[in-house]
Amino acid sequence: MTGTPPTREPGHESGRPRERLDGPAKVAGRAPYAYEQPAEDPLFLFPVRSTIARGRVLWVDTEEAAAVPGVVAVLTHLNAPRLASRDDLELWVLQDDEVRHHGQFVGAVIAGTPEVARWAASLVRVEYQREWHDVVLRADHPERYRPDHVNPSFDTDTSLGDVDEALADAAATVDQTYRTPVQHHVPMEPHTTVVRWPGPADLGAVAMYDSNQGVSPIRKVLAPLLGLDPDQVWIHSPHVGGAFGSKASPKAHHVLTALAAHLVPGRPVKCALTRQQMFANAGHRTPTIQRVRLGADRRGRLTAIAHDVVEHTARFKEFAEQTAVATRTMYAADNRRTTHRLVPLDVPAPVIMRAPGEAPGMFALECAMDELAVALGMDPVELRIRNEPDADPESGLPFSTRHLVRCLREGADRFGWADRPPAGQGRRDGDWLVGFGVAASTYPLFPQQGSSARIRALPGGRRQVEIAASDLGTGTWTALTQIAADALAVPAEAVDLVIGDSALPSTVGAGGSSGLSIWGTTVVAAARAFRDRFGDDPPAGAEEVGELPENTAVGRYALHAFGAQFAEVRVDAVTGEIRVPRMVGIFDVGRVINPRTARSQLIGGMTMGLSMALHEESVVDPRFGHVVNGDYAEYHIPTNADVGDIDVSWLDEPDPLYNPMGSKGIGEIGIVGTAAAVANAVWHATGVRVRDVPITPDRLLGRLR
Amino acid sequence: MIPFDYHRATDVEDAVRTAAARPDAAYLAGGTNLVDHLRLGITSPGLLVDVSRLPFDDIDRLADGGVRVGAGVRNSDLAAHPAIRRDYPMLAAALLAGASWQLRNLATTGGNLLQRTRCAYFQNPATPCNKREPGSGCSALAGWQRHHAILGASEHCVAVHPSDMAVPLAALDATVRITGPGGNRGVPLTAFHRLPGDEPQRDTVLDHGELITAVDLPRMPPTTRSAYRKVRDRASYAFALVSVAATLTVTDGVVRDARIALGGVAHKPWRATRAEETLRGAAARAESFRAAAEAELAEAEPLPGSAFKTTMVREALVSVLTGLAEGRPR
Ligand SMILES: Cc1cc2nc3c(=O)[nH]c(=O)nc-3n(C[C@H](O)[C@H](O)[C@H](O)COP(=O)(O)OP(=O)(O)OC[C@H]3O[C@@H](n4cnc5c(N)ncnc54)[C@H](O)[C@@H]3O)c2cc1C
Ligand code: SF4
Repeated sequence: MTGTPPTREPGHESGRPRERLDGPAKVAGRAPYAYEQPAEDPLFLFPVRSTIARGRVLWVDTEEAAAVPGVVAVLTHLNAPRLASRDDLELWVLQDDEVRHHGQFVGAVIAGTPEVARWAASLVRVEYQREWHDVVLRADHPERYRPDHVNPSFDTDTSLGDVDEALADAAATVDQTYRTPVQHHVPMEPHTTVVRWPGPADLGAVAMYDSNQGVSPIRKVLAPLLGLDPDQVWIHSPHVGGAFGSKASPKAHHVLTALAAHLVPGRPVKCALTRQQMFANAGHRTPTIQRVRLGADRRGRLTAIAHDVVEHTARFKEFAEQTAVATRTMYAADNRRTTHRLVPLDVPAPVIMRAPGEAPGMFALECAMDELAVALGMDPVELRIRNEPDADPESGLPFSTRHLVRCLREGADRFGWADRPPAGQGRRDGDWLVGFGVAASTYPLFPQQGSSARIRALPGGRRQVEIAASDLGTGTWTALTQIAADALAVPAEAVDLVIGDSALPSTVGAGGSSGLSIWGTTVVAAARAFRDRFGDDPPAGAEEVGELPENTAVGRYALHAFGAQFAEVRVDAVTGEIRVPRMVGIFDVGRVINPRTARSQLIGGMTMGLSMALHEESVVDPRFGHVVNGDYAEYHIPTNADVGDIDVSWLDEPDPLYNPMGSKGIGEIGIVGTAAAVANAVWHATGVRVRDVPITPDRLLGRLR
Repeated sequence: MIPFDYHRATDVEDAVRTAAARPDAAYLAGGTNLVDHLRLGITSPGLLVDVSRLPFDDIDRLADGGVRVGAGVRNSDLAAHPAIRRDYPMLAAALLAGASWQLRNLATTGGNLLQRTRCAYFQNPATPCNKREPGSGCSALAGWQRHHAILGASEHCVAVHPSDMAVPLAALDATVRITGPGGNRGVPLTAFHRLPGDEPQRDTVLDHGELITAVDLPRMPPTTRSAYRKVRDRASYAFALVSVAATLTVTDGVVRDARIALGGVAHKPWRATRAEETLRGAAARAESFRAAAEAELAEAEPLPGSAFKTTMVREALVSVLTGLAEGRPR
């Protein structure tokens, strides 16, 4: 990954550590994000939000707000334009008097400056009829139910053999409950949108600059809601400053801003959520209560695995996170079950966030594996290796590729696992208690449908590659250019990639770590079609569209990425403060298209996993129903000082079955397992087993040797 | 825009005269706390008197060997000043443990002392808070208590003062120099911040219109060792869960003098006078330090959610004093 890559010969872009093509523009402030796009004579929107968690709006007094000089309109449910579909109550904005969660939009002010809009919004008086609310997740909640499926379309429950019997016969067992809290995505770029309705003549009925994960899916949902056809809505989103799932689907602020724009025809209305608002209006991850039971024989072979999850959903919109789904794939055992139960609460709608399912679920499973290793007196790396399945344990399908054992072995070498003191006897270095921990990572490869790309020959041998893909700061601009260059047999310098615009051929959004895989496959298909038709010396203007072919591996193979993570943890014996000076992550992610951007993704993922282990927790106040610590001073993510040395590497093992590039997704797997590796290292250092994240000093204090 | 008047003060006298004449006036210094509060709707002064350009941003040697720190001195400048780094290292350490570089470049000495609590209910106008809205109730009492007081709280407010800088200043016996409509006065830092009692809206003894002009630091005996220890949830950019500022003078294995202040435990930087008394004349060893910490914390009355702080601050204090006695400040 060092040295300057050659840039000329075609056909060898894949695997080259190209610097980000969008980097210079971003560093120089020349890459416009949604809110910075040129908007002529704009108006600014600031929402009015409910201060109760459930009830009705009795009356709204907008007089004082409307009288503020500079205010153009005050929007409430009484004067808001009507929406065309009530299918999704999260998007049913200002259409009725119902309050479904704390912080819900109950109005908005549009004004000539953001300051005036914000000030006037504070003058809107709302009176409510309060109703009883409940925001507290409990495993034995009376309203708990079984959803039809879990996200996106996995079985809710699975069961094989007889877990209870196997546990009763097991030589060693673990039966523990692990908890993860509500978490928020907290991307650097807040949720912003700029809407003009009608848009400029050539752009459609509605024109939007928007920060999102996919212009095609966003428009597909928004258009019918606004009573329009998808091609009447134009969305432009070339640069996005982080999203992590929170910008994958439309949110209430999109609708609110569109409604406002409808009131002021032809004028752009700009909305940027504040950090505080992002804790109620931009999605979150459900808290989880996870009971994991494991049984093993004396040699450490698992005989039973059970993973039972209780989590929440909004009362008004179901989202069932697939928390136990990874457990179906990880280890061999004849007797197994997974279940998911939901508790409907008066909370904002939870949504996908940073490895939904895998991140919280693998925290529980991989901590339980560590506990089992302790119960058996066995090395936790060895325990995992002994339970490596030959085929997918539940579906019976062969793995397309699975190199978890190599990751564990090679990772252990890189980390120096052999120097680990015996279990439960970490080292002491002055006041610091030092321990090592390990966990496995996995992430599924999501096959998706409905994606197309267009190739066009430009003068001078250049090729324009068009696809409505997104770059969330992840490296799409660069890596997709490299894929296109190889597929078209031209140098990367000859490729003009165009993404982030709904006028381009439509495709899937960035999500499920599958963006680059789907877009890349589509571009490869389009390039093949283009070259079949025009050869390698096409006339300028030649143009061909290609579609994503059906993935023939689906249904025949189990498709997953794998990895192993190791952490060294130091705990201050005096104060309980926790530091993680080094982590090693080694991944089986197929062929890596761009080692430089891939490395950033994996380091970023592991940093998010570290964040989950030590920092992130949205504290919900049961009395009011809001997130108490809803700003960046109190909702902690790691600072640079918290992130030690992160050593990232990958096996050179292409997966030819999943896609023509031989790649697997890398966006999220780095997050999976990290929290368990850290928690396991905390145990190793201190002898204290913490089963709830985040592991904060107070959870260790007073329990240290 | 939030409507308010703005006046850029030309000198101290102008500032005080202007502010005193308007009951709804507030001084604006670095703005890192006040401007947040304006945006969040926590306070809405009708007049901002900008003192950030007043010429009270010098650090001067006093005749008695102490140091006078102007109220306008930025936190980063104070932390970097050679006299502070040499003679008051724990003050420099406390400053550098606070906030971020960007914030410290703006934050002033006066503003830092007067920053308000970070109690999350105080910061959110949608929740009741006696400090923000007297008589509305205290949401923290039965709410999220992790950052709240264990000493000196009242049934009306359990908030803590968040400043790092103020903790060593309390231990150092600093004096706050004040100019008001009625003239000048000096208040010992330990008497500057108040306990909440039944008037939690009042953080300090400052009267309306009074301006902090400087903070005086007495001379530090050269044989004294000092340390600042901040315990927090992440390695940087986090308010203290608890903190300890301590100086220790030991001769022949006996503690001659100790000055100790605790942060994150009370509505004010908490001068640990009982611990100091216990220590004076005691053998400089761990048992004495533990006894001193326990004497100080005997009257701790934590809430269930802040109970861990009693252990945390006790252990931190014992560790700091032990380190000082052994000549390895940490
Ligand atoms: C994200 C974040 C993290 C932070 N972390 C920490 C931390 O870890 N530790 C820490 O100690 N602090 C921390 N701070 C707080 C920071 O130290 C204070 O905001 C800063 O010191 C305030 O100084 P200022 O000059 O900006 O005050 P301003 O915001 O200008 O004023 C604050 C108050 O002081 C009054 N005032 C200002 N100057 C005078 C004067 N001369 N006389 C009378 N009244 C005056 C103002 O009227 C106002 O009420 C943090 C702040 C933020 C935003
Ligand atoms: S502790 Fe004090 S600041 Fe916090 S809510 Fe109670 S009264 Fe307000």
